[in-house]
Amino acid sequence: MKKWIVILLSLLLPLALPAQEAQPVDDAPFDMDEYLYGHVRDSYEWHITTVKGKPVSIPLPVILISKNGGGFHCFSSKHLEEGEYKGFYIAPAGSKYENKIVERGAGGAEIRPWDFSVTKNVAGLLINCALLLFIVLGTASWYRKHDAVEEAPTGAVGVMEMLVTMVEDDIIKDCVGEDYRKYSPYLLTAFFFIFINNLMGIVPFFPGGANVTGNIAVTLVLALFTFFTVNVFGNKHYWKEILWPEVPTWLKVPIPLMPVIEVIGMFTKPFSLMVRLFANILAGHFMILGVVAVVFLTARMGLAINSGLSAVAVILGVFMDCLEILVAFIQAYVFTMLSAVFIGLSRQKPEVE
Amino acid sequence: MSLITPDFGLIVWMTLIFGIVFFILAKWGFPMITDSVRKRADRINSSIKAAKEAEERLRNLAAEQSEMIEEARKEQARILKEAAASRDRIVEQAKVQAQDEATKIMDHARTQIAAEKESAMRDIRKEVALLSVSVAEKVLKKDLEDSGSQAEFLDRLVDEISE
Repeated sequence: MKKWIVILLSLLLPLALPAQEAQPVDDAPFDMDEYLYGHVRDSYEWHITTVKGKPVSIPLPVILISKNGGGFHCFSSKHLEEGEYKGFYIAPAGSKYENKIVERGAGGAEIRPWDFSVTKNVAGLLINCALLLFIVLGTASWYRKHDAVEEAPTGAVGVMEMLVTMVEDDIIKDCVGEDYRKYSPYLLTAFFFIFINNLMGIVPFFPGGANVTGNIAVTLVLALFTFFTVNVFGNKHYWKEILWPEVPTWLKVPIPLMPVIEVIGMFTKPFSLMVRLFANILAGHFMILGVVAVVFLTARMGLAINSGLSAVAVILGVFMDCLEILVAFIQAYVFTMLSAVFIGLSRQKPEVE
Repeated sequence: MSLITPDFGLIVWMTLIFGIVFFILAKWGFPMITDSVRKRADRINSSIKAAKEAEERLRNLAAEQSEMIEEARKEQARILKEAAASRDRIVEQAKVQAQDEATKIMDHARTQIAAEKESAMRDIRKEVALLSVSVAEKVLKKDLEDSGSQAEFLDRLVDEISE
């Protein structure tokens, strides 16, 4: 065990040294805020690394519809690096629309155009979804080519089958109830979508690293899908429970206290789904980033402290990454399970008295 | 970009992308997998059930077999017993029949012998009679050569007849 620690430390030493060089002692102190938020927030280009103070990033298309009659615009995000382009610029720090593209309104005030840019998160979403489609359709094609009744898949297809079966049998079948097969495609899609986006978010370099499921817009849409699935296919009993629940009449008339609470409950359920996934993944990213930040924060404290704490940071980082892989699975599982439970509740049959 | 305000553009993109992915996977992805797995599970279940039934049948078969053997043994014993009985009966019958036959043959022989004896006796008698007649003839011929004895003999004969 001791031997391994020594080997690990000696391996880490050269890693710590360039970090010290990259941050000259006389430079401004390490900007923790920019470091943390820069990694988790959405951006117009995909920043990969910084070489000799110059950022290396993949430019992404910016798609805008001006609100003050400027019309439709589509251009590469690299034009925005220098400043204003076609009247659009990225709002500086302190602005209401910090880090977002804005244009000048009639009164000189900043206004936000309709912004449909393929941002880092959209690009990440596209890559991850392409991967998801490849994996799932690849698995499905195995079943198309083989007689699944006679033989069982091995290898990657076997792993996928295990996962699909686990999600369907453990979550969907148990939580939805009788006609679970109608909902299993949506719930399986949600599970694998979240799982793969979580995992790709942990991968620190391109094409991973986009904080997709840690973005509230993404989790909002996922929660909305569940919300609509629950409420569109809810049965009569479900609506009766909301509008006229079985409680003493004075709780319903004249002030519809219980119905109001139930209606609020309709919205808090998907809201909790949205916040839970968003907060868990965002917090995971912050934790890993924070641990890695130790390497940079201690760069000015001398070689001994820097290398020692960097070793600790790397060990902690490994631990955090393992934890995040677990969280990636758990959050996908929990989102799917709660969606299934909500769907199950909306399909419940009235109890026979 | 603020972390907790959802960006409209991203919502649109996410809805679009997730919608398309969901459509594709729900149409060509997951149902294929889950249906295949379900079919296989059904197949395995039915196979297990069939195997259990076969085992049950096999066990019943063994019981049936031993029952049949038992029955066959009983039947064998019964047949053997019957055979012995019928053998005894046949032997008995044959004995009786033989006795009867023997008696019949003996009776027949006896009557035959008796008849033979009778006819032999008759023949002998006839022979004796003839002999005695011829002896008598010869005696008479010799005795009646003279007329005196002839008359005397006639007289005696007449006497004898008249007696």
